[in-house]
Amino acid sequence: MGSVVVLQSAVLIAMIDLVGLTKRFDGFTAVDRVTLSVAPGEILALLGPNGAGKTTTVRVLAAILRPTMGHAFVAGYSVTEHAQEVRRRVGLLTEYPGLYLRMRGEDYLDFFGRLMGLDADECERRARELLARFGMPEAWDQRMGTYSKGMRQKMALVRAMLHDPPVLLLDEPTSAMDPHSAKLVRDTVRSLRHHRRAIVICTHNLAEAEALASRIAIIRRGRIIALGTPAELKARLLGPSLMELRLLHPTDGVVNLISDLVKVEVQGENWLRYATANPQETNPLLLQTLAAYGVGVVTLSEVPRSLEDVYLRAVEE
Amino acid sequence: MVAVTERMRATVGEAPRLVLTLIKREVWDTLRDWRIIVPIVILTLFFPALMSFVANMALDWVAEYGAPIVGERMLPFLLMVVGFFPISFSLVIALETFVGEKERRSLEPLLATPLTDAQLYLGKTLAAMLPPLLAAYLGITVYLAGLHFFKGWSPPPILLVLVVLLTTAEGLVMVSGAVVISSQTTSVRAANLLASFIIIPMTLLIQGEAIIMFWANYGVLWWVVLFLVVVDVILVRMGIHIFNREELLGREIDQLNVASLWRKFCGYLRWEPWFFGLDLQKMPAWLRWLGMVGGLYGRDIPAILRRSWLALAVVVIGLLFSAGIGYDFATRYQLPPGVLQLENVSAETFSELPAVDWLPVFTVWGVLLNNVRSLMAAALLAVFSFGTLAVALLMAPLAIVFFFVTQAAYVGYSPALFFAAFVLPHGLLELPAATIATALAVRLGVAFMSPPRGMTVSDGWLWALADFVKVFIALLLPLLVLAAAVEVRVTPTIVAWAFGG
Repeated sequence: MGSVVVLQSAVLIAMIDLVGLTKRFDGFTAVDRVTLSVAPGEILALLGPNGAGKTTTVRVLAAILRPTMGHAFVAGYSVTEHAQEVRRRVGLLTEYPGLYLRMRGEDYLDFFGRLMGLDADECERRARELLARFGMPEAWDQRMGTYSKGMRQKMALVRAMLHDPPVLLLDEPTSAMDPHSAKLVRDTVRSLRHHRRAIVICTHNLAEAEALASRIAIIRRGRIIALGTPAELKARLLGPSLMELRLLHPTDGVVNLISDLVKVEVQGENWLRYATANPQETNPLLLQTLAAYGVGVVTLSEVPRSLEDVYLRAVEE
Repeated sequence: MVAVTERMRATVGEAPRLVLTLIKREVWDTLRDWRIIVPIVILTLFFPALMSFVANMALDWVAEYGAPIVGERMLPFLLMVVGFFPISFSLVIALETFVGEKERRSLEPLLATPLTDAQLYLGKTLAAMLPPLLAAYLGITVYLAGLHFFKGWSPPPILLVLVVLLTTAEGLVMVSGAVVISSQTTSVRAANLLASFIIIPMTLLIQGEAIIMFWANYGVLWWVVLFLVVVDVILVRMGIHIFNREELLGREIDQLNVASLWRKFCGYLRWEPWFFGLDLQKMPAWLRWLGMVGGLYGRDIPAILRRSWLALAVVVIGLLFSAGIGYDFATRYQLPPGVLQLENVSAETFSELPAVDWLPVFTVWGVLLNNVRSLMAAALLAVFSFGTLAVALLMAPLAIVFFFVTQAAYVGYSPALFFAAFVLPHGLLELPAATIATALAVRLGVAFMSPPRGMTVSDGWLWALADFVKVFIALLLPLLVLAAAVEVRVTPTIVAWAFGG
């Protein structure tokens, strides 16, 4: 009990806390000594190839699977010792919607709402509000067997959010959705961040992860191989920022003017690129130098580097 | 969020409400599946009405041939049949209950709710039972109403109670067994195949019940009800013990990884070397085997016996009970005078015993082989009977021994001397060996029902098997060899000395 009390008092620091979490299945290690934490208001994206251990990690966090070694705490409760308390505080969107297709939306949400401890009125209010937010109020009366793929996915998300849990575990939240629905979901997830929910998203959609996540954990063969903000990961795995300078005139002679400040990596007729680990200092100096020599600058911008590059580099390494 | 969280806190202690919520949904789902409802309605309304009509016709027909007893016996039999047919559907519903949800991928969201494993198990089991059971009661009512209307026949109230109890107990046996199967398989197809283990025994049971019904010895059916209740308790306990989220979701395919199982089994067979606290590394290499021997006999086997204490206690209680049975039978069925004449017994008498077909050849090898074979058979039967048949197999010879000890007392011999001469010399070795072997066999059977904490069913069973193998080879086999030698070489001499002419 002692450990629980300590962690509950530290709930503002970490809503999810994994310490050396290991999960083995019959000789196969699905999750290997994972240590990480997620604070309230933080969105963590778990990226990794198929079979990397993302879903297993989420299942442990949802107190469905028990850790083989290590500890996992959710909202201050141990997933091993207080599994029920953990499940009350977690909203889980599973990889597959897993709806009862013979049921109507109303009955389905009422069933899960009651299991999660909501009374009928509260449940209906929350359910209608969430259905409206996801743009499918008509789903309330319809049998779920008639839903489209995207509607099923959204209904599963409503189920996960119904009891307004402090921790949300979302496995591929927008995988089956059209762009409009996916945006609705992303906006909703983003808004939850402001309500200080801790959210873990497992996804293969790297653009979505970059758009939503405060931090990203790349997991491979059960181990976390990279963890940090998108910017940190880019810097760590792809090296210094690459800047592109576009000039009014051809670059002849300009390279020599700035050779003391930066090393030009590549150049064209009226553009050049250079790498810098400290653009905040380098770029103003460079612009001052060019202005002093009367070189006209059209644009100076960072060359975009995608999370895909980061991911591929991390996984290849 | 705070309000919701407070409400969530209030759910603690609301286990019955959670279970009821689950039952309601499951029953609701069943009632909306026409593939289940149509047959149930037919079996509940149409079939009992048809039975009632047929019974009515049959009564008149057999009466014409002066055999009204056939009709009288048929009515209770059909009462049982109309009750059983609808509950057969509980098997279908229960088999599908977990594995069906797993196949449709709707299980994981349910496992992520605050329902405990026991609540999930209970809710699913009751939900699988309720519709078919209610249908069975309704079917019985329809059948009886028809007979009452046409013939004015009503069963004796006690027979009605008996049939209702039988129907309920049979339903629970099928459902609890099917839920165990459903929670341990990964596809509906595999679950249906394994359902044979329920269907075949139930078919045999129903045939037996049918014979009893036509025999009209309804008192025997109370024993059947008692037997079914015991099986119910075992299966429900087994279900609650082995049901857990990990097992349900952890396995994706029904594969038998023989290499992995073998590795685990070998791991459970290993033990730590030990020799009276000595540092084995400092011992000469040629003496290190002492560590293995010391570890096995000084640490490992005592530890196995300690963790088998409950099974040992059960076997000892069984043996005491068998002594009582032997005594009871001896008092009720005394042997005719002259049958038990020990004055002429000699050591040679024992070597003539093989003339009796079912006794082993009276040599050390023959006795040893017989004892080993019996204990192996007990272990095998234990696996299929949750350990019960192993105990029964050991109780049988003990009951016979005490039957003869008591008979000896009736004839005028000293029962203590009889026991000391005929049983004690080799029994001092054989009885503890058989008791330990049976206790370890009981563990083999119980491992299915109640695996050790933190172990899966297969792990728990392999652990029990490794304990059995280790103790049998290292301890029991030497004891049995010695016991057989004493039985063949020493016991006859002592018997001849004590009783012979």
